[in-house]
Amino acid sequence: MNNLSDTITAISTPIGEGGISVIRVSGENTFQVVEKILSKSKESFKKINIGDISSHTIHFGYLYDGDDIIDEVLISIFKSPNSYTGEDVVEISSHGGVFVTQKVLGLVIKNGAVHAEPGEFTKRAFLNGRMDLSQAEAVADLIHAKTNEAHASSIKQLEGSLSEYVKKVREDLISVTALVELELDFAEEDLEFAHKKDLQKRAKSIISDLEEIISSYISGKVIREGVNVVIAGKPNSGKSSLFNALLKTERAIVSEISGTTRDYLEENLIINGILFNLTDTAGLRTTEDIIESEGIKRSYGRIKGADLIIFLVDSSASSEEIKLSIEYYDRNIKSDNSILVYTKADISSNEDIKKDNLVISINDINLLSELKKEMTRKVSTSLSAVKSDSIILTNLRHKICLENTVASLNNVIKSIDDNMSGEFISIDLRNALTHLGEITGSVTNDEILHYVFSKFCIGK
Amino acid sequence: MGAVLFHVKQILHLRNKTNTESAYLNSKVQKYYDIIVIGAGHAGIEASSSAARMGLNVALITMDIHAIGRMSCNPAIGGTAKGHLVKEIDALGGAMGFLADKTGIQFKMLNKSKGPAVWSPRCQSDKDLYSIAASEYINSIPNISVLQDMVKSIEVDEYAGNEGYKYLVKSIKTDLGYEIGCKSVIITSGTFLNAVMHTGNSKIDGGRIDEKSATGLSECLHNFGFETGRLKTGTPPRLDLSTIDFSKTEIQPGDINPVPFSHKTGWDKTTFPNQRQIDCYLTHTNEETHTLLRTGFEDSPMFTGRIKGIGPRYCPSIEDKISRFSEKPRHQIFLEPETLNGNTIYMNGFSTSLAYDIQQRAARTIPGLENVVLVKQGYAVEYDFFPTYQIFPTLETKIVSGLYNAGQVNGTSGYEEAAAQGLIAGINSANKLLKKELFILKRGEAYIGVLIDDLIIKVPEEPYRMFTSSAEYRLTLRQDNADLRLMEMGNKLGLVENKYLDLLRHKHLSIQGGIKFLYANTIRPGNINEMLTKNRSSPIGQNEFLANLLRRNEVNIKELFALEAFKENNLVQELMRDEEVLNQIEIEIKYEGYIKRQNEQVEQFNRTEDLKIPVDFDYDRIKSISSEALDKLKKIKPVSIGQAGRIAGVRPSDISAILIFMRG
Repeated sequence: MNNLSDTITAISTPIGEGGISVIRVSGENTFQVVEKILSKSKESFKKINIGDISSHTIHFGYLYDGDDIIDEVLISIFKSPNSYTGEDVVEISSHGGVFVTQKVLGLVIKNGAVHAEPGEFTKRAFLNGRMDLSQAEAVADLIHAKTNEAHASSIKQLEGSLSEYVKKVREDLISVTALVELELDFAEEDLEFAHKKDLQKRAKSIISDLEEIISSYISGKVIREGVNVVIAGKPNSGKSSLFNALLKTERAIVSEISGTTRDYLEENLIINGILFNLTDTAGLRTTEDIIESEGIKRSYGRIKGADLIIFLVDSSASSEEIKLSIEYYDRNIKSDNSILVYTKADISSNEDIKKDNLVISINDINLLSELKKEMTRKVSTSLSAVKSDSIILTNLRHKICLENTVASLNNVIKSIDDNMSGEFISIDLRNALTHLGEITGSVTNDEILHYVFSKFCIGK
Repeated sequence: MGAVLFHVKQILHLRNKTNTESAYLNSKVQKYYDIIVIGAGHAGIEASSSAARMGLNVALITMDIHAIGRMSCNPAIGGTAKGHLVKEIDALGGAMGFLADKTGIQFKMLNKSKGPAVWSPRCQSDKDLYSIAASEYINSIPNISVLQDMVKSIEVDEYAGNEGYKYLVKSIKTDLGYEIGCKSVIITSGTFLNAVMHTGNSKIDGGRIDEKSATGLSECLHNFGFETGRLKTGTPPRLDLSTIDFSKTEIQPGDINPVPFSHKTGWDKTTFPNQRQIDCYLTHTNEETHTLLRTGFEDSPMFTGRIKGIGPRYCPSIEDKISRFSEKPRHQIFLEPETLNGNTIYMNGFSTSLAYDIQQRAARTIPGLENVVLVKQGYAVEYDFFPTYQIFPTLETKIVSGLYNAGQVNGTSGYEEAAAQGLIAGINSANKLLKKELFILKRGEAYIGVLIDDLIIKVPEEPYRMFTSSAEYRLTLRQDNADLRLMEMGNKLGLVENKYLDLLRHKHLSIQGGIKFLYANTIRPGNINEMLTKNRSSPIGQNEFLANLLRRNEVNIKELFALEAFKENNLVQELMRDEEVLNQIEIEIKYEGYIKRQNEQVEQFNRTEDLKIPVDFDYDRIKSISSEALDKLKKIKPVSIGQAGRIAGVRPSDISAILIFMRG
């Protein structure tokens, strides 16, 4: 990482052809760096004194590299601390295109800035107190957000709704812990101690709250990362053809010889606003071809990690083969997250199958859209559980913290069931608080004692 | 029994010397001592005795040679968490444990209904005998000189090295006009620095009734650049025993089988308990008491704002209790004899600074106290302390090299907290002069470690008291294993004799042998099912490992080993002879799962403890640190990421920022 006293720069727009590109500069010497290259005149270099200009204003100028004009640009000025990073920031809007953009970046670096590393602007924003840790994580999510829902969820986390919620749970837990501690440190006092079963009830209600949030992670993940879909089936059941039809590309190699897809292929696709990560797998069969069998092994791996499995059966095959496939499906694949699809409807004469099942042909757009509808339906069952105002967990680290909290609380419940004394219950309560603290803030012993002193008359 | 048990010749000799000329006991005041300890309370006793026993030449200076180890407040040692401290002090070779054992007149294990980690030993001691035993102990150590005088100032030189100190201790100057050279000074002056006592509208300078306040020292340290704060504590009235009708109170007896604090007493129980054992008594205040007390509020120094110092929330005055918890119809009052043969009762639960007249009238509304006479009134005392961000974990000050603060001057309360610090200060001052390693206990090792770490990381808002809830690793920091945790360290320091270490090693081997035996051996259903059924535990269908059976709530080790099946087993029979060993085996096996989880926490804790923050770390450069956290981090200068994280007001995001910044 660069030193915090360095002035850093990077291209902030995606690389590629576009109308304009933005090059961001941030740090102590931002203004000096830009003043060296920015001129208000096209005729000769006339320095613009950025110090005299007010923050949050846009100015037109020319970028000079020595005597040469590189580009006409607009610069946006943000003065510390009122900028994204909290430092002095200038955003240079240059003409788009890889060549010009790179040239501007090089010019800025030549004049005293250093190239920013990934996430460094956000890191500085965090270090300079412009956002807290969970907000910084949300920014990272936001940058990588692939769909509209992901964007909304990240924004919400940015506003701190997870932090707020965790804070509430934390306070609840502190009071439970304090009640347990009360009895240990102040046994001699004339106090009514809390009933263990009541404490257990409160722990249980905290668990159920937390579990609700944890379960939102699945939809949170769907929103952020998309649904992992695996297309599986016996060799030559039409997996790659479907894969390609869905993507409307020729990405996978398709042939008439069974066993063509020896590994797996992946593509992204948005259906009804939901992101699907499509994986085509090698056909499931026993083979002596070493490469292919490796592919099959990987196929099984993909199937295990999938959110949704589309299992294909060739409807034009012999009824014996169909029967074997269905048996395989029932035994190994079938679940709430699987869809059984009969392929090659156009060349099949098996009318029984066509009546009751989802049957497709890659040449029939209507049949394909039936499949797409089914895919969305499966996913939105889990999505619809999420209310629009509820918290959706999108960050794996947060999920793990909450899961650890729940695991500790379950130990608490067990200890109470086992009739253990307070100090054993406390060990897991404190563990729970530590895990929760990894999201927002740790709990000090003082907070627990403070609760005790404020609520109970202590002291001989 | 009682005082006659002691060789009191020397003490009596001391007591007869009242004029200050002859107060310098060892007849000649030397010109130089290695270490000078100021104050002979519970911290001073440990500090002077440990340093002297480690081979240093020590002067112990007290304003009153009769007051060595005086119990200014409650005549009790130990209690929840405090009992742990006493056991740890003892395991390290300190004095408090055996002084308490010698003079205890009631012993009680608190929290017996809970798990072993929170059992806490406590005893009432005869306060006169305790003081005599303490004097005798001090006088038994050849290289301590006890001087009666008041230290007016500490003289220093500029510090030449670059460790960050400003000054170096050179000598002290006393009220009687002496200047005594030294390398090290330990301040253990308790509540005596600029002490003011309050009762109603009256205000008297002094740290205890009839004892004057120590002046000069605070100002002297102030000039070196120390910050001082003001704290408040209080004590209840003492009652004339003959004016109490105990028939109207509840008897509070001690344990039938008292357990001593000290390993020395423990391994030779023939003289324990040393004193006749007595009862305490319990009575309660009532609405009438509260109404009467309220009439005194307008003259109360607490409510009129004359007391500026902050008092402890865990030990509120009776007026505090009835004003803050007005819904409580009554409060407990424990009546505790201060001495075995004397006539005074400590009125525990009735700490007050209301006017004398109100104290007496209110006391007389309490059952049993209708005709009570107050021998000494209750009072509040305000005193100077030095906020502990100014000291290192060795208790040496950050400003003056060779100067140590221990006890109430560090803003703690309690004899045990004071003694623990005295011991650590004594050890570290000696180690520094002997050029040995610093002695710092970790939070995972001892309550003493928790106590001192808490002091360093906290900006005190009230006198600090030890609680078991402050010790994160309570399950492993038990009072019953203090010897196993710490005695080896005490021996290495030269404070625990080899013969005790040998006994400890034998105990350790027995425990390990017992645990191994229980894990390796099974029992047949026929040999145990009868006992299981009797204890309402489900019988076993096939051979079962003993450890698995012992894990059951309904099975205890004594009953298990008493089974017919082990009659011929030599190992079991030998284990059965040592209750402490059985106890350790049972705890280790019964709570194995919890102890394992606890050990994982300790490991995790140590990881952040090992991430050191450079001494010259510039917190100002991280803008995201909140101003509260920044302020504290700069003051306290935590040594590690772990310690920084424990500072109140420092948030995890601050820690992340420091980490990210450190990694650059």
